[in-house]
Amino acid sequence: MTALLLILLTPLLGGLTLALVRAPAWAGWLNLAVSVTTLGAASWLAWQVAELNVISGSGFRVDAFNVYLVVLTAFVGVTTSIFSRPYMRHVCASGKISTTSLRVYHSMYQAFMLTMLVALMTDNLGVLWVAIEGATLATVLLVSLYRTPEAVEAAWKYFILCGVGIALALFGTVLTYFAAQHVVADSSAGLTWSTLYERAHELDPTVMRIAFVFLLVGYGTKVGLVPMHQWLPDAHSEGPTPMSAVLSGLLLNVALYAVVRLKMLVDGSLATTATPHLAGMLLMGFGLVSFTVAGLFLHRQRDIKRMFSYSSIEHMGLMTFAFGLGGSLATFGALLHMLVHSLTKSAIFITVGHATHIAGTQTIERIRGLIRTQPAVGWSLLLGVVAIAGFPPFGVFTSEFLLLTATMQTQPWFTVALVSGLAIAFAGLFRHLHPMVYGAAPEGQQPVAANMLPVLLHLGLVLWLGLSIPDFLAIWLNRATELITGARLL
Amino acid sequence: MNQLSLLQQIVLLLAALALFLSFVLLAQARLVAAIHAFAWQGVLVAAVTLVVGLAGSTHHLYFSAGLTLALKGLLIPWMLHRLARRLNLSRHTELLYHPALVIMAAVLLVIFSYWLVEPMVEQALVFTRNIIAVSLAVVLIGLLMMVFRRQAVAQVLGFMSMENGLFLAAVSATAGMPLVVELGVAFDVLVAMVLFGVFFFQISESIDSLNVDRLNRLTEVDVSP
Repeated sequence: MTALLLILLTPLLGGLTLALVRAPAWAGWLNLAVSVTTLGAASWLAWQVAELNVISGSGFRVDAFNVYLVVLTAFVGVTTSIFSRPYMRHVCASGKISTTSLRVYHSMYQAFMLTMLVALMTDNLGVLWVAIEGATLATVLLVSLYRTPEAVEAAWKYFILCGVGIALALFGTVLTYFAAQHVVADSSAGLTWSTLYERAHELDPTVMRIAFVFLLVGYGTKVGLVPMHQWLPDAHSEGPTPMSAVLSGLLLNVALYAVVRLKMLVDGSLATTATPHLAGMLLMGFGLVSFTVAGLFLHRQRDIKRMFSYSSIEHMGLMTFAFGLGGSLATFGALLHMLVHSLTKSAIFITVGHATHIAGTQTIERIRGLIRTQPAVGWSLLLGVVAIAGFPPFGVFTSEFLLLTATMQTQPWFTVALVSGLAIAFAGLFRHLHPMVYGAAPEGQQPVAANMLPVLLHLGLVLWLGLSIPDFLAIWLNRATELITGARLL
Repeated sequence: MNQLSLLQQIVLLLAALALFLSFVLLAQARLVAAIHAFAWQGVLVAAVTLVVGLAGSTHHLYFSAGLTLALKGLLIPWMLHRLARRLNLSRHTELLYHPALVIMAAVLLVIFSYWLVEPMVEQALVFTRNIIAVSLAVVLIGLLMMVFRRQAVAQVLGFMSMENGLFLAAVSATAGMPLVVELGVAFDVLVAMVLFGVFFFQISESIDSLNVDRLNRLTEVDVSP
């Protein structure tokens, strides 16, 4: 319980303090210190959960499924703040933003971390909604931080689309509460996930079916599922790069986490009806469409950050498909994929941040010869893209292999779609990547001060996960799989 | 069919008026008048909350009613009013495209809501079915408004009236969400309103107008040079 409180209080107090710190030099360090403390508390919590299995109380509930996402969130929070400190100072020094904007940035960074952690750990579906809406509110000012017309447009689109999406999710939540009222006597417990999960089979299937459609469309907007994905490439490309890293690496995961939790309820409620797998089928449909469409769009991109945000949509689609497929193997693969995708994608966005500073532009055509100019950045970008495209020996290969195996076992025909989708995405990424890293550098392109530690750390971990999954992680993922599907994999 | 009690009839009447105001909001071209319509809708939702609180014995609904009245009926309309004045939009009239068609679409949405709710609460009371359908219609008409209105302030009105519909559903179908959730939602709505205000200024600074049709720099293939 102490660990849990510490995890929530650190970003809260940190965010409030950072709103007051005027010196940009201090703010970056303080932001890092707050993130490190959060990570420490998260590790402590993970250790406790490993012993006790479930920690619950005061409206929170931490089990195997969310604890690993809590640690992942805190970890990416730390590495991104390592990156963001010199990066944002560079941006500030180049006159793109004022010191006031930098204060807003740091404060909202921690506010965003807070909402992510609350969304992950809460046991209450209403609070989950409030936290995910809070995440939109915390990041929307950051998307428009540079105040260019494009940035303002991206932020407005993000605000409106996610606002609408999340409103539909609230309607779904109200319907769930309505269904719960006929089952749970204590009305204050009617939105508590653990209570609902225990009595899921008693929830009215007709209501839950309609509720799930609203919830899926609502939270699916935040996951970036096609066709509700319009905000995602804009917000990623126009916001500051550290924000793109945490949006892609964390926010999408948390939204997907919400969808999976709700799917567990709906599955329980529909188990005895004529369509027991309705929720899974919806997820598979949305997932496959997102996966394919995003893979095709990769080919048409001209902006490097837009390109990688489409790659995120593609991977979220794949995970959504896998969770929809169900079964212990697919779920295990999807959980692992959540982990390796977050690590790889945030590493890529960090490298892209440096690359855009080197080239002075985000346009792919004008980013050339990165390896010549600054080998560290060039090679990191190359390795990152190799990892995300699913090459062995990186972890993404392992999880995609598991997913394909699971698909082959249950729905063999979908394997064709998945493999061709992966090939299309691979081609899309490499046709743009190749000229960016190899080739001659344009005249006057200068290396920038770059701290590659976060990238090395992330890619190192992804490599490790590709070679062997450590025992404690395998146990965690296994427990989470058991929680979601009811059956262990290992 | 069972007879509805007086209080239930009052709730339904108020909810129907709120739905009517959604139509007014959708078609009202004058911005200030639309803000007033929104304020009245907030007052109606607060009144529904109060009546539901009187009907049952759920005391925290009195608090919710007060909160809704303060937030949706007074504070947010006042903020919008002030923003409209500061942005010189007090006499602004928006050019509406195909108003008759949009209204027809809204009518279809109401029918759709009833159709969707029909099987869901078959065994339950007529009252619940009506109220969920009406609130879903308010939500969907808010959505329609955000799609069809091209003016940023009008879009925000659509967003806020969606929130009204959600609140109506929560209060009347389930006698209110748990207090912590209600407070959280109210907090989010308030913060959203403050941020919308910030964005009005950022948008008008960047495109010299609040017509969001002019926010068209980001397209799929082309990236501005």
